[in-house]
Amino acid sequence: MAAREITYVQALNEALREEMRRDERVFLMGEDIGIIGGVFKVTQGLYEEFGPERVRDTPISETAIVGAAIGAAIAGMRPVAEIMYMDFLMCAGDQLINHLPKIRFMTGGKLKVPAVIRTQYGLYRYAAAQHSQFYPAFLMNIPGFYIEVPSTPYDAKGLLKSAIRDENPDIFIECAALYRIKGPVPEEEYLIPLGQADIKREGNDVTVFALSYMVHVALSAAKKLEAEGISVEVVDPRTLNPFDKRTLIESVKKTGRLVIIEPDHKTAGVGAEVAAIVAEEAYEYLNAPVIRLAAEDIPPPFSPKAYNAFLPNEEKLINAIKKVMKYKR
Amino acid sequence: MGLNMSSSISEISKEVLLDMYYKMILIRRFEEKVVELYRAGEIPGIAHGYIGEEAVAVGVCSALRKDDYILSTHRGHGHSLAKGIHPRYLMAELFGRKTGVCKGIGGSMHSTEPEVGVIFSSAIVGGNIPIAVGVALAMKMQRRDNVVVSFFGDGATNTGAFHEALNLASIWKLPVIFVCENNFYAISTHVSRSVAAKEIADRAVAYNIPGKVVDGNDVIEVYKTTLEAVERARRGEGPTLIEARTYRWLDHGMYYLGPYRPKEEVEAWKQRCPIKRLKDLLLSKGIVAEDVLVNIERRVEEEIEDAVKFARESEEPDLDFVKQFVYVR
Ligand SMILES: Cc1ncc(C[n+]2csc(CCOP(=O)(O)OP(=O)(O)O)c2C)c(N)n1
Repeated sequence: MAAREITYVQALNEALREEMRRDERVFLMGEDIGIIGGVFKVTQGLYEEFGPERVRDTPISETAIVGAAIGAAIAGMRPVAEIMYMDFLMCAGDQLINHLPKIRFMTGGKLKVPAVIRTQYGLYRYAAAQHSQFYPAFLMNIPGFYIEVPSTPYDAKGLLKSAIRDENPDIFIECAALYRIKGPVPEEEYLIPLGQADIKREGNDVTVFALSYMVHVALSAAKKLEAEGISVEVVDPRTLNPFDKRTLIESVKKTGRLVIIEPDHKTAGVGAEVAAIVAEEAYEYLNAPVIRLAAEDIPPPFSPKAYNAFLPNEEKLINAIKKVMKYKR
Repeated sequence: MGLNMSSSISEISKEVLLDMYYKMILIRRFEEKVVELYRAGEIPGIAHGYIGEEAVAVGVCSALRKDDYILSTHRGHGHSLAKGIHPRYLMAELFGRKTGVCKGIGGSMHSTEPEVGVIFSSAIVGGNIPIAVGVALAMKMQRRDNVVVSFFGDGATNTGAFHEALNLASIWKLPVIFVCENNFYAISTHVSRSVAAKEIADRAVAYNIPGKVVDGNDVIEVYKTTLEAVERARRGEGPTLIEARTYRWLDHGMYYLGPYRPKEEVEAWKQRCPIKRLKDLLLSKGIVAEDVLVNIERRVEEEIEDAVKFARESEEPDLDFVKQFVYVR
């Protein structure tokens, strides 16, 4: 494997470019994705290479963007639509929830909707309640589309390519706070199957189930705890639907302890589902209560002081891990 | 563009004219300060400047009573100041302080002070337009004669929310004035690539309401046109759409997003500075002596310094403090 490092944004950009070169049905649309290459530069250079037919700047019309992606997909295209912030997904709520995930099912399988809706959420951007939301569990509660939440450049590229090729609708949720991080990405082509969690670090004492950005927080905490003789395993789900229960359960069986860290709200969050799965399927292996660390159940506040406390962090995670370590077999 | 600035000035009192000048300078200096403080890292989050567009907010708000309402947007500092929010409380909000208009919880894009008629600001493009219709509905149902202004950009007229709201306001003859600040770009996207209508004001035709185009850099013209719309609304004859053509001198937000506007275009618009135009008019018509204007400018400098000092010295809200405001208890 060639050992080059690229950023998360570059990895996404490569995925789009490669898929557009490979399959001429693939096209992009979204606000400001064309001539300036996106406000986060994910689509940089694609307008120049593929032109305005296949890289379409749209008006501020989220309903039409998602709806047109659905229409183009059922009629044989492979649209990749961008919704600039996850917050604005809900502007397209009707197309997103009442149409996108239902069409195949309610037509008795006659139609398929191979569309990808890319979006991003930010952390520590202090952009207040309408520009900081991350609500994966709400989407996870809707059957009918797949959901990707990549945490590294490698995963971002491999998952986006798979999502584009996949025959089902996908909501691909990027994290803007990761856009500039670098990581190894092979030169040669690869795909990551949807529905395979990844053990980002192996360990024996505690399983940390970490979502999106929090994977990095968990890895850093794990490193620190290693010096104290605590061996932490970090599980990154990578996709929330399909959800890889097996990797999670196997890890909990091995460690007997589970701490969940997620940047979405705690109540009915992703961690609630994860804890329920473990309670149902691995109860007898648990040595300690499950701890969930999540964002507070309030809308994201603007004030940096309040916002920083609103999110879970490494310190809270280390304390939680030490707490579950006090329970012995 | 109908009215000619100089011919129509005689009917406006000196007091109103000087207040317009004061407000426009206040907005300009406030925004210049915001840019400076943002770059220095004192103002967190995201913020959008109003420099170049001052005549729209000031012309419109000068035609309103204190108890009339406005709803604002992500680019809202100018609207808030023009309607009478004290710069101290707006600056403190941008700093994320407890003394800010929204207690530091809302930040730059949600400025709200019902006491002076700023009833709400939304950062979802198009988001305030249906809400403005609802405020106007309440006015009508409560038999109050207050009018409501919804400010929004050219880009917002491509949202479904805009179209649904105009239709509803028209069929119910509600006292609302839709003020589109057409600065020709929604982030990087020029109106010629996003708006199907020849002119945004033409969109009024579909909803059977008056649609007026005004020179948005001419505060007198904006003021007079708004007055007509206000009178119509107060008479119970329903809404008006005003398209005010103007230009933002800064980039979309505080970051440079790449070249999407010709330099000459930006320069040409700077030559049409709305503040300089008013100043030249006031002086050439002999309405005031220059030292009166200089005094106003000096007063504004002091107010801005005071606002920054006030913001700096104010306390930041913490998590427990902000938690009080999710629900009415
Ligand atoms: C529904 C929605 N989509 C996208 C955005 C991102 N966004 C913020 S401002 C903006 C452009 C708005 O353009 P316009 O309405 O013309 O107002 P301007 O910024 O020019 O004042 C966009 C696309 C948003 N805030 N809300």
